[in-house]
Amino acid sequence: MPFQEIKLYQAGTFVAGNRLLDPEQRSVQARTGRSNSLTSGHRACQGCGEALGARYVLDAAMRATDGKLVAVNSTGCLEVFSTPYPESSWQLPWLHSLFGNGPAVASGVAAALRATGRDDSRVVGQAGDGGTVDIGFGALSGMFERNDDVLFVCYDNEGYMNTGVQRSGATPPGAATATTKALGPEPGNVFGQGKFVPLIAMAHEIPYVATATVAELRDLEYKVEKAMSFHGARYLHVFVPCPLGWRAAAADTIKLARLAKESGVFPVFEAEHGEVTEVSRIRRQVPVEEYLRPQGRYAHLFGDPGRPDVVARIQARADRNIARFGLLGEGDE
Amino acid sequence: MRSQLEGSQAVARAVALCRPQVIAAYPISPQTHIVESLSDRVRTGELAGCEYLLVDSEFSAMSACIGASAAGARSYTATSSQGLLFMAEALFNTSGLGLPVVMTLANRAIGAPINIWNDHSDAMAMRDSGWIQLYAESNQEAVDLHVQAFRLAESLSVPVMVCMDGFVLTHAFEEVDLPTQEQVDAFLPPFVPQQLLDPDDPVTIGAMVGPEAFAEVKYLVHATQVAALDEVPAIAADFERAFGRDSGGLLKRYRLEDAETVVVALGSVLGTIEDVVDSLRDDGFRIGVLGITCFRPWPHDEVRAALGDATRVVVVERAFAVGAGGIVGQNVRDATRGLPVVVQDVVAGLGGRPITRTSLRGLFEDVVADRLDASHLHFLDLDVELVQRELARSRARRRSGPHAEHMLRDLGTVASGTPHGGG
Amino acid sequence: MFSVRIHGRGGQGAVTAAELLSVAAFDEGRHAQAFPTFGSERTGAPVVAFCRIDDRPIRLREPVMDPDAVVVQDPTLLHQVALFAGLSPEGYLVVNTSAPLERLGLAELVEQLPDGHVVAVPATEIARVHLGRPLPNAALLGALAALTGEVSLDSVCDAIRDRFPGHVGDDNASAATAAYEHVRTAAVGPARA
Repeated sequence: MPFQEIKLYQAGTFVAGNRLLDPEQRSVQARTGRSNSLTSGHRACQGCGEALGARYVLDAAMRATDGKLVAVNSTGCLEVFSTPYPESSWQLPWLHSLFGNGPAVASGVAAALRATGRDDSRVVGQAGDGGTVDIGFGALSGMFERNDDVLFVCYDNEGYMNTGVQRSGATPPGAATATTKALGPEPGNVFGQGKFVPLIAMAHEIPYVATATVAELRDLEYKVEKAMSFHGARYLHVFVPCPLGWRAAAADTIKLARLAKESGVFPVFEAEHGEVTEVSRIRRQVPVEEYLRPQGRYAHLFGDPGRPDVVARIQARADRNIARFGLLGEGDE
Repeated sequence: MRSQLEGSQAVARAVALCRPQVIAAYPISPQTHIVESLSDRVRTGELAGCEYLLVDSEFSAMSACIGASAAGARSYTATSSQGLLFMAEALFNTSGLGLPVVMTLANRAIGAPINIWNDHSDAMAMRDSGWIQLYAESNQEAVDLHVQAFRLAESLSVPVMVCMDGFVLTHAFEEVDLPTQEQVDAFLPPFVPQQLLDPDDPVTIGAMVGPEAFAEVKYLVHATQVAALDEVPAIAADFERAFGRDSGGLLKRYRLEDAETVVVALGSVLGTIEDVVDSLRDDGFRIGVLGITCFRPWPHDEVRAALGDATRVVVVERAFAVGAGGIVGQNVRDATRGLPVVVQDVVAGLGGRPITRTSLRGLFEDVVADRLDASHLHFLDLDVELVQRELARSRARRRSGPHAEHMLRDLGTVASGTPHGGG
Repeated sequence: MFSVRIHGRGGQGAVTAAELLSVAAFDEGRHAQAFPTFGSERTGAPVVAFCRIDDRPIRLREPVMDPDAVVVQDPTLLHQVALFAGLSPEGYLVVNTSAPLERLGLAELVEQLPDGHVVAVPATEIARVHLGRPLPNAALLGALAALTGEVSLDSVCDAIRDRFPGHVGDDNASAATAAYEHVRTAAVGPARA
């Protein structure tokens, strides 16, 4: 289920506690027998959105496939913090090859499973935004157009965090990174660049494309399980705040993810065969400033005198998302 | 069965007989006929159960082979030239992970200037990638080396590259004795992977390794290659027993008995060299040929033994290390260190320039007469005057423009229709 | 060793002709090697293909520099390409033309070659009759077989039919046969074959 059917607004969240739900409706994480595919003890930073996202994604995929799952990982934070020699946090078969080839490696694994008669096992490829939208993009598009039986998951923290917070093709305008510092007349990342790969994935008309955030983990699990109900190429783009790279409090990861959605900065939706099928509507709209202010990467927008003009441009982008995806529809979500 | 076949078709049939389970390939001349033929074989069901991935690049081709091999499938690709370099990162990854992928390399020059014709610049650029490199002299040997390559790769869990000269072999129609399926099945057992992505027994492949063990992991890659120095001849001996043909192995010795002068070379030029050596022998010259079939790992001791009685060695190679000299030559000098032998490097046949009997005979006569200055790198049939005219042009004007265009205009070259246009 | 150089234009099948010739020789139990000069595939560009035939295995990989026979598929190449470079003084020449060789400016060359070693074959016309298409390949191979005797007409026709199953192969074999008969019976050029 994408959203819990009962509403119980707890302090500071919009999420119902599992103990109030029927056991069958509990999240994968709340169940006994969860696979702990990415088990504890890894070296991720406090408040790492990617570690949280990966844990939910893989456990949900493991549940959906009855444990018949192989993971392929591109180079990046997730790969580095999970496998410092001689330790590994992975409790499923896991292969890391290179930075730019995750989707192609995953295609190869899927082909091998078919060729060796083991196609009851499924494949998840995973990478950060750099490995997905930049260096791995050609391989990703190839995997999509061939409709290979791979779920590819992008954990989008909007920059090259593993190498020291440089700009990627997924870095939003205005954000300061090590290569787009708050210097000069147009501080931070420039407007008019970058790409939103979920829409490009949809252009391949693959069976399933979805976006999600680590603020709504039941929704994330739901989308993983739904993705695994399809065969062919599937793409899941998960918004994962990075306290280190965003210069935000480790405790604010969930909050920032939620504010990204509630401000319209990050649209959450599903699409099948190139058409949007579901949109997660904004429950309580907030101005983008509420999302931007807690993040050090936007600090240059809020000093004295600050850059209200830049904030306004970011708000305009969010408003465009809201209009484009109908994020303020009549729904009561 | 003996047939008159194009080299690419022969190799595609040989690969099909090896029952690859995953093929991932991206087209590049002159590799295309091989992967086209394999595509046909998958589509017609001749290669039943094989998954053929039409990937977006050579980088993805090798990457898919990495995934497929780690997931337990016998994996194959083919490429050439720029394609091999586009794979470079994945080549090192394949060997570092110890995945027994087999690849055909239809050798071709590397640009710029862009050039689709044969030389060994591609393979030589990747000589330190941790792949075993075997070089075919003929299409028969290319066929035989592929059958051996799968067995070698899987017995040591190491990737193997079979190099065959682009166009010269891939597009040549000649006689090939193709083995039967039963013969190949008896020689090449089903793939049993050393490591496997298996949900019932999960392992982590490709973990990060820091300074505490990186050298040791890399040492094992080296040790595996060294082990191949025993495995390559053992498999060749097995092959001869099974197929009745002496094919493969580390080195090919031709008329080395009492040879004072030895020509060292790799690949299809060996045949032409052997013809020239025969004629020189007829004229009383004590000259022989040492063919390098296995260039990586480098058969140091075997080369040293083979050249132990020579006084002059001339290495004819289709590539060179820019700014340094011969590549095979450097390895030969290393193998003959301390022996009373002079090793000369001669670069020949770059970018498809034919290596002719006439030029080789002239070269070998110079070598035998000690007329070749061992302190220089030599280029066979180099148009020295053309080079000098272009250098003069460059000196005369700072913004003199692109060399390649000037030199072509200088030559008046337009059509490829002369006998000198190909190789 | 008998070596042949075939000059044509991209799309005329020079490479296929060399391959078929090698197959014909192979079928007669001889060793043969065929290969093209390799270029980008462009229709109409000058193309050269080679074939060597021998009684022992062929190791040589250089292009055919001193052919025993030259086949010219397209007479418009005459003044573009060095068609006759290295042609042996005892060599053979087959030219696809319905015009007398003298009119092509080849009288001098014809004089230098032995009697009966030069033939002009209207291969394109023969092809039009037998295939309905202007593909001179098979006819030129038939003519070469007749002129040189290096391979038999039967082997040439078998190689053609093997490569092109069905009526395409049969029609091409007919064209080869017609050209073979043409060379064997007709007075062609100054030399009588």
